[in-house]
Amino acid sequence: MVNTGGNSTGIQIRNLFKIFGRSGLEYVDKVQRGMSKTELLEKHGHVLGLKDINIDMPAGSIQVIMGLSGSGKSTLIRHINRLIDPTAGQVLVEGTDVVKFTPLDLREFRRHKTAMVFQKFGLLPHRTVLENTVYGLEVQGLPRGKQVEAAMTWLDRVGLTGFENRYPNQLSGGMQQRVGLARALANDAPILLMDEAFSALDPLIRADMQSVLLDLQKEIRKTIVFITHDLDEALRLGDGIAILRDGEIVQQGNSQDIVLRPADDYIASFVKEVNRGRVVRVASAMAPLGDGDSRSTVSIAGEATLEAAAYVFRQNDVDKLTVVDDANMPIGTISLREVMNAMLTTERALH
Amino acid sequence: MEWLSTFPHLDDASLTALKKSIDEGFRTFTRTYGGGIETFFQPLQFFLIQCERIMTRTPWPIVILVIAGLAWLASRSVKLALGCVVMLLLIGFFDMWDDTMKTISMIFVCTVLAIAVGLPLGIAMSRSDRLQNTVNPILDVMQTMPSFVYLIPVVMLLGIGRVPGLIAVVIYAVPPMIRLTNLGIRLVDKDVLEAADAYGSSGWQRLFKVQLPLALPTIMAGINQTIMMALAMVVIAAMIGVQGLGQPVLKAISNQYFTLGMFNGLAIVGIAIIFDRVSQAYGRRLQRHMEVAHG
Repeated sequence: MVNTGGNSTGIQIRNLFKIFGRSGLEYVDKVQRGMSKTELLEKHGHVLGLKDINIDMPAGSIQVIMGLSGSGKSTLIRHINRLIDPTAGQVLVEGTDVVKFTPLDLREFRRHKTAMVFQKFGLLPHRTVLENTVYGLEVQGLPRGKQVEAAMTWLDRVGLTGFENRYPNQLSGGMQQRVGLARALANDAPILLMDEAFSALDPLIRADMQSVLLDLQKEIRKTIVFITHDLDEALRLGDGIAILRDGEIVQQGNSQDIVLRPADDYIASFVKEVNRGRVVRVASAMAPLGDGDSRSTVSIAGEATLEAAAYVFRQNDVDKLTVVDDANMPIGTISLREVMNAMLTTERALH
Repeated sequence: MEWLSTFPHLDDASLTALKKSIDEGFRTFTRTYGGGIETFFQPLQFFLIQCERIMTRTPWPIVILVIAGLAWLASRSVKLALGCVVMLLLIGFFDMWDDTMKTISMIFVCTVLAIAVGLPLGIAMSRSDRLQNTVNPILDVMQTMPSFVYLIPVVMLLGIGRVPGLIAVVIYAVPPMIRLTNLGIRLVDKDVLEAADAYGSSGWQRLFKVQLPLALPTIMAGINQTIMMALAMVVIAAMIGVQGLGQPVLKAISNQYFTLGMFNGLAIVGIAIIFDRVSQAYGRRLQRHMEVAHG
């Protein structure tokens, strides 16, 4: 029931444009040739939503799309299940272009391939928690027994056992979003779309929900598209991160790429406040193994965070750690000073 | 300067000719299609007569029990159910039982008909702005036109009797049903609808699983309004032969029987109160899920 490991599905977005207005298609070319968002709005009365978006989202990974409000991130995620139709471009899932689906194909696609979690939860207020959780399966036409069985399993997994007969209105925000998550997971679709799913929650509950999601993802291995405006959340959850500004992607990469090599000042200003110890991996701060280097008796995985390395230093009285790869072969060494240098930003160090 | 003191109008001859030709046209229409239209409404008459029969021929204690039972089911309030019993006993005690039963069956049939017409129309209106813009002025006319006026064409078409009365009442009472269905569906939260779409709901699933249930409290308010307006129309409809509490009132007006008019008028008020309280209590019960909020 729980394991869906085999059927994960990647998503490719190709040259996606969204121009809001009467005749958006006419302006795709002009925008491509460099017409600015302001010019498009002031001279032609059209709003540039998304400009030439290209993203590869590998199957079974969490792709975060980050941006401030108005950057087009919520518009972008709605193109994947076509709650919004693009002006031009392709959205490929399992090699098929979602954009070309007929309404009937699209309905089947939404029923079986995607599930969505919303910022404002999107629960049906007249239905109980259980009835909300079965909604996707009910729409698919599954027998009632199976609906309830799946719903109960997932309600249990998100920690809502005993709340099945409450109405959404009786629950706190965090619990309502657990219902939203259970509803999405009960659908058993390979793609999970999360639109600012945790943004409306208190910081503590948000962190808690992030842990729930990461724990679940270890076994469900779905292709998750996660929208957020919070960089810390993006760095914590994302296997891949795409940063969106004014409808354009300004940088794509994993969390380390973003933190260590911000593409421009805009991103750099975001990244400044980030706790690098939790993002940067030992492997990117170590000294590569040279011949005759003295090795330490204590080793650490290259994939570990700097923070983890700091803990190891605290527990062991050594001045160097041996960094090992997945196969446990030594690939470098790292000293306490190197850990510290990598954890602190240069600018801060100057003051 | 005569044109200032008297409004320049069509001369009397052409005005008379105009009225005559319209009347003649309608009369011809009536002669040609009257029979067909009457046959079309035949099932309605059958339905109406059957309802009346059930209401008047069932022994009165059973009727009272059933009505009190329905009131309790809808409101879950013993007080309200007891109120119904007392009201009906009083009506019966003052010898207005048969007329009251006829009126209740009439109101019941009117309400069913108004829902059957109003609900689909309201749903259609909620989906198309163009339809909404067309239907709204028509509803305005239906609600403001003095009700006596549209008794005329109805009587010309169908003569005097129950069915024309029923149609006149429904025309008068259906607008709030249509308006509030439309409004209720339009007020459904966009976020909830988006979620329903995202899970691949078909149009029907969206309507029956999301829009209608969420619009139901508003629709219930529409049904309540429809019932109240139908009751208000009962006396006027009595003029074209609808039986029930309207008849004695009419008699009382023409003969200046103050007490007779008062008693029957109060009986109408009595059933209006029963219908109103019960349907409102039911509407409130439909919104229970909104009440107990998280603290």
